[in-house]
Amino acid sequence: MNTFFQDNKAFIYFAIMALILVFVGMNQSWALALGIINMSLISAIMALGVNIQWGYAGLMNVGIMGFAALGGVSVVLIAQQPVSEAVDAGGFKMFIALIMGAATITAGIFLNRKGINKWLIAAIVVIGYLFTRYYFSEAADIIEKVDPAITGYLGGFGLPIAFSWVIGGAIAAGAAWWVGKITLGLRTDYLAIATLGISEIILYVIKNEDWFVRGLKNVYGLPRPVPYEVDMQQSEWFQNLIAWINRGELQLLSQTEQIEKLTDYVREAAVVFVKLCYSGLFIAILVAFIVLSNLALNSPWGRKVRAIRDNEVAASAMGKDIKRQHLQIFVLGSAIVGVAGALLVTYDGIFIPTSYLPLRFTFLIWVMVILGGSGNNMGSVLGAFIIWFIWIQSGPMGLWFVEMLSNNMSEGSSSLEFIEDRVHYLRLVFMGTILLLIMRFSPSGLLPEKNKQL
Amino acid sequence: MAYLEGKNLVASYGVVPILHECSVEVEKGELAVIVGPNGAGKSTVMRVLLGMLDASAGSVTLDGNDISMLSTQDRISQGLAFVPQTKNVFPSMTVEENLQMGGFIRKDDISKTIEEVYELFPILYDKRKQLAVQLSGGQRQQVAFGRAMMTKPSVMLLDEPTAGVSPIVMDEIFSNILDVRNAGMAVLMVEQNAQQALNIADKGFVLVSGRNEHTGTGKELINDREVRKKFLGG
Amino acid sequence: MSDSIDIINAFALLTNFVILPALSYGSQLALGALAVTLVYSILRFSNFAQGDSMAFGTMLVIIISGYMISKGWTITGFPTAILAIPLALVGMSIYLLAMDRLVYKHYRKIKAKQNIVGITASIGVMFVTGGIVRFILGASAQRFGDGERFIFSVREFKAFTGLQQGIAFKTSQFLTITLAILLVAFLFYFLQKTKTGKAMRAYSDNTELALLSGIDPDKVVRITWLLVALFTTIAGTLYGLDKGFAPQQYHLLLLPIFASVIVGGIGSPIGAIAGAFLVAFSEILLTYAYKKFLIYLLPLSMHPSSLVQLIGTEYKYAISFVILVIVLLIRPTGIFKGKVIDGD
Repeated sequence: MNTFFQDNKAFIYFAIMALILVFVGMNQSWALALGIINMSLISAIMALGVNIQWGYAGLMNVGIMGFAALGGVSVVLIAQQPVSEAVDAGGFKMFIALIMGAATITAGIFLNRKGINKWLIAAIVVIGYLFTRYYFSEAADIIEKVDPAITGYLGGFGLPIAFSWVIGGAIAAGAAWWVGKITLGLRTDYLAIATLGISEIILYVIKNEDWFVRGLKNVYGLPRPVPYEVDMQQSEWFQNLIAWINRGELQLLSQTEQIEKLTDYVREAAVVFVKLCYSGLFIAILVAFIVLSNLALNSPWGRKVRAIRDNEVAASAMGKDIKRQHLQIFVLGSAIVGVAGALLVTYDGIFIPTSYLPLRFTFLIWVMVILGGSGNNMGSVLGAFIIWFIWIQSGPMGLWFVEMLSNNMSEGSSSLEFIEDRVHYLRLVFMGTILLLIMRFSPSGLLPEKNKQL
Repeated sequence: MAYLEGKNLVASYGVVPILHECSVEVEKGELAVIVGPNGAGKSTVMRVLLGMLDASAGSVTLDGNDISMLSTQDRISQGLAFVPQTKNVFPSMTVEENLQMGGFIRKDDISKTIEEVYELFPILYDKRKQLAVQLSGGQRQQVAFGRAMMTKPSVMLLDEPTAGVSPIVMDEIFSNILDVRNAGMAVLMVEQNAQQALNIADKGFVLVSGRNEHTGTGKELINDREVRKKFLGG
Repeated sequence: MSDSIDIINAFALLTNFVILPALSYGSQLALGALAVTLVYSILRFSNFAQGDSMAFGTMLVIIISGYMISKGWTITGFPTAILAIPLALVGMSIYLLAMDRLVYKHYRKIKAKQNIVGITASIGVMFVTGGIVRFILGASAQRFGDGERFIFSVREFKAFTGLQQGIAFKTSQFLTITLAILLVAFLFYFLQKTKTGKAMRAYSDNTELALLSGIDPDKVVRITWLLVALFTTIAGTLYGLDKGFAPQQYHLLLLPIFASVIVGGIGSPIGAIAGAFLVAFSEILLTYAYKKFLIYLLPLSMHPSSLVQLIGTEYKYAISFVILVIVLLIRPTGIFKGKVIDGD
């Protein structure tokens, strides 16, 4: 029995998780269950990226939300239609401003390499900055004045949204390369703190540069890779399909009741159908990533990665090679996080910069990886499902618990209202406790890595 | 029975056995040296004597009392002192503070002992306000000795005091060690530079794979043909 | 009006809007940064829970001072929060020692890689602490300073000096600067002159040798947490008296605090203080609008039309990290050489 459990641990855990989700589907609603599944799938992709960095190489990335936000930005930039009026009015000016900015930075770096007097370089950079800023704020003003309630930004390239997933990964990879260049090779906590800081900077820019992706005004109505619910409801084949599925029940009803009932069913089914389309898409991408990263891990490259992680003697013998390899892993993991970030915005259909709470959601992903078992891809997926489920359901569960209590307490007791009001903060406590408990009592997680050399 | 004695010590790191019934001993006013190839367990002997590693068999006695069951800190207060091979000073503290830290566990006045250390190593007095990290290698070694002497130990254990230093500094360090011995302490040291160490040693232990291979006075060992051939390069 | 008066007015303006705010903000950051430095030096990890710990300490102060006010135990002129600090300190010490016992102690015992494990564990503690604070006090912002708001106000200053520009000296600023000086002086005296303080430095410098010298590691760790409690509670209270209390704001204070610590040189107390003031002054100097200042100094023909602001106020928090990145690029050891750069 015990060995049976050990051998099929992964399968058993996933089966239990599936049963719970089916239970939610039957008792609450299928739309809710699928919503949880879809968000879990996106989280799983993100957790996979983090697992590659943390589990394979011990790199601490505390700025996951910054990379995810870059993925989200790319959705806006790729999939939105260009705002031609704004482009005509301020596009060129902005282009010039950005070129000037880039030229200033390049000049600074170039002159620094030449070993010219530091103060002179500083002066050049400051002057360049002031000019850039002057042009830049003018251009930003012009762009933001173009119909600010609806656009007020340059828009995107109007390309199919699927491109944005690749581009999102690429942008995140580029940022990661730059961060890695600065911080890898330094102490571990520098990487952690620097990633946190840089993700903050990224989010500040996104929130405040309205001309870019509308800042706090958010971007609504992003195109979708899957059909709209309304279109589904009106398509004949879908109506017929739903009618056929429910034919047993519908036959028993009168004509008018039949139509009414069918409309209800079709509306519900459309929501479920659209969510299922997303699920299919996310599963395909997740599976592709898992297959690829497992292949990579079992390649000579992957063996080297693990050797460096598990054997410090081998690692120090390789010296400079480590930094290069860590850079590769860091870029790779961040790229996957970027893709997941793009998928998240695609799924939501809107881009809301304030929803990226740097530490809070970064932390959730971390708990997913550690709970699942760092170093094990399937573990990260399992962790993503469990933690997202708890995160979503702990609010209602907490309230339910409070209501249970309230049955035994006098109506309208002030302390009760107080608790109802605040109970959702306890899930932070709950999540923190889960993390601490796993670290303490089961540091290798639910599905420990098999490859680890002891 | 010798003043400090480790008898038939058996020890291992995890599942890897290091020492097989290995014995060392040193008298007061005597300098004993442990030499041997890499991985012979020389430093392990030190760790066992100090209680930093538990022996699975054998005993450690100090002045006839069994101290095998005591913690490192208790052995220190019983009179053992240790100068590790590397990281043997507090780099960002002054020379004087290093010495004060050496006497941390003493409840009585330590200023007299500090004076004694300065008498032994006068250069340290001149540099007492300097940070240890700013001193030369040899001076830093003196600080390390001085720190270890602050508990007024009866036994001084030294782990490769001359590792990685130039020959000139090595001579300086060896003369420091002889000063310490002449002050009446028992000195037991592990040394890589076997030839030079045996030259000044009263007693020597040649360890191979955690076993006593040869034991004798320094002179005997240097003149032993087998020891010369195997360990001293002819 | 003569030119020299204009120059004095310009500097009064600068003092009021830049120097005093930056001095007090810098002092608050410095106290927080010293707490991070202490944990880093002794326990060897970067404490991600620092911001939320400050919120926890401030929460205790708010609760206790609220009770004291309701009982009428106040002092004229100063906020009651100051009276509540000693009691809050006891609570904070208990909380931190309990966290150490429940969370961190285990990893010291099994000799885990304290840096990595410590960061992860402190993130867990951060969420627990932040959650508790939000549960008890809610997430919205509140003010808890009572008593006189000003040592002297703009109006009093103008009346006294006859200048056009006034300077206001807030009670919270006065308290911040005074308490920060006292605490820093105490810390340096403690570390440099007392036997226990020296033992802490020795432990931080070379742990194994400290053990060989008979220094009790448990005691060192305990004292460290007590000092952290002291600095954390006071830093949090002063920040709250100055800018109000909001859990999210405190949580985010982690960023400029870390920037200060790294910029100054991780593990170096003096570096932490220098870094904190560098960060505070940069944030305020770069986001201050110099229009009025320049109007005082320049002839009419050169008066600026724009705000003359180097960086938009919205980027205030990002500045500390830009500094951090620049320091990592140019001098990763920080201004004052910090601890080892590579390895764990």
